[in-house]
Amino acid sequence: MGDNYVLRLIVAGASPNSTRAIANIKEICEAHLKDRYTLEIIDIYQQTALAKEQAIVALPLLVKRAPLPERKLIGDLSQTAKVLKILGLTG
Amino acid sequence: MARRIHQPTNTIAKTPTGIAGLDEITEGGLPKGRSTLICGTPGVGKTLFGLEFILRGAMDFKEPGVIISFEERPEDLETNMASLGFDLKKLQKSGAIVIDHVHVERSEYEETGEYDLEGLFIRLNHAIDTIGATRVMLDTIENLFAGLTNEGILRAELRRLFGWLKSKGVTTVITAEKGEGTLTRQGLEEYVSDCVILLDHRVINQLSTRRLRVIKYRGSIHGTNEYPFLIDEDGISVLPITSLQLNNEVSSQRVSSGVQALDVMLGKKGFFRGSSILVSGTAGTGKTSLAATFANASCKRRERCLYFAFEESPQQIIRNMRSIGMDLQAHVDAGLLQFHASRPTLYGLEMHLVSIHKKIKTFKPKTVILDPITNLITAGLLSEVKSILVRLIDFLQAEGITVLFTALNLNNMFNEQTDEGVSSLVDAWITIRDIEIDGERNRGLYIIKSRGMKHSNQIRELVITDEGVNLEDVYLGPDGILTGSARIAHQLAEQSIKRTNKATNGKNK
Repeated sequence: MGDNYVLRLIVAGASPNSTRAIANIKEICEAHLKDRYTLEIIDIYQQTALAKEQAIVALPLLVKRAPLPERKLIGDLSQTAKVLKILGLTG
Repeated sequence: MARRIHQPTNTIAKTPTGIAGLDEITEGGLPKGRSTLICGTPGVGKTLFGLEFILRGAMDFKEPGVIISFEERPEDLETNMASLGFDLKKLQKSGAIVIDHVHVERSEYEETGEYDLEGLFIRLNHAIDTIGATRVMLDTIENLFAGLTNEGILRAELRRLFGWLKSKGVTTVITAEKGEGTLTRQGLEEYVSDCVILLDHRVINQLSTRRLRVIKYRGSIHGTNEYPFLIDEDGISVLPITSLQLNNEVSSQRVSSGVQALDVMLGKKGFFRGSSILVSGTAGTGKTSLAATFANASCKRRERCLYFAFEESPQQIIRNMRSIGMDLQAHVDAGLLQFHASRPTLYGLEMHLVSIHKKIKTFKPKTVILDPITNLITAGLLSEVKSILVRLIDFLQAEGITVLFTALNLNNMFNEQTDEGVSSLVDAWITIRDIEIDGERNRGLYIIKSRGMKHSNQIRELVITDEGVNLEDVYLGPDGILTGSARIAHQLAEQSIKRTNKATNGKNK
């Protein structure tokens, strides 16, 4: 068993990028982090002030809040190998 | 703001920038509800330009503005603009402006597929809606290309952004750095095509001048020249160089030159108000004294006079003029006379013109003195000096200001050119020459031309006394022209003859 993962995915409504990103992260989590992750999905349209607070420019944005170090990934997370590597889920 | 803005009704709506001079060039300002691209080399003043558009909008036109800075942090902007007298903090508090710093640090993010810049849109939208902004500035949006790698996405998103801004109805200013052979590094001009303004910074003969050019302005006529602009403690001032239209109103009112005998030579009344006068002469012939006398006369009429000195310091002029019985200090104290002394090499000619313009606009004088224009040649080429003077004379005539230039003639052909260059433009040309006779050097003054009035064609002797400048009739006797001590001797001789005659006449009676 590895560390417990805390992930936050920020998307913009139901855009194609958002939908793809949500599907991709769920798939990755289920495959590699079963039962040891929390995934929070935020729709930026519901919390517009957050954009400035978090200095958000590009979306979708995935933030790995735990385990440290914090990492930020932008994009629809379709490059699975890269995502896994950054999240520390390979080898 | 009272400014001459000529706005034809059949062109597109415009948003005044409030930047001195720019609204004249663009015939009213930037295209309303559209985007304007400001491009130029580093350090040319792009950011300042954009900021001034937003701040003047917020302060003078009650149009709130949003500043999205992709480069400088808000704190830095606050400090930078404070030096120009803008209080960004206060404006932010009062809801007149919003500043958002958008920065993407490449090392912080990993790109893992398709993305968009919706975050930026949301921030921009949020900022615009919070204060009801009608003006937006995007300061160097190209910086995004440094933070994000997917150029394809960025380009598509920028195109979407500019379209979105247009649909939002805000007037936008976008700054961008000039690229090699292109207007901007990332070719933004492809997306922003309503209005493009290029700023340029050139160094010629070690003197730097900033220039502005409106490259493109869809749906509107605009000035196409390069206009010099100045950044000083009041922000940006652009100098519109109006072409000589030659339709200025003229005055038939006359102003005294300050020397009674000279007024007499000029059809008994002096110069025309709003005319341009050139006083040329060799070194030490009293050009400055004549100019100062004119300034003095203007102040005595309670008319403001602006004196640009390119050779001597104001203190020096005041001291020197005191020695010939003129108290210029009193006029300075009374606020009627203002001196501006600067070295011609302080900045380029264009800048001199801009600064002269600006000072005239603020002081609103009736009389302007430039002493001497010859020195300006050290700051530029002869042809440039001429073009500057043409523009200056044009401007002064439009404002109805009387101007007096002094020019130094050397006793060779070189500087005669200055005369020739300007002489066709000026309304009156007075020249002072040395007359060397009998081991004496005396000053002979004559009027080469004086448009629109009968003037004397005689040479007079210019004498500078403790009481000021005066003209004496030159004696034309059997021995030729008499000046200086020869004249005095002749005068005395004549007087004694008269006296003798009188005495003889008396006896005969």
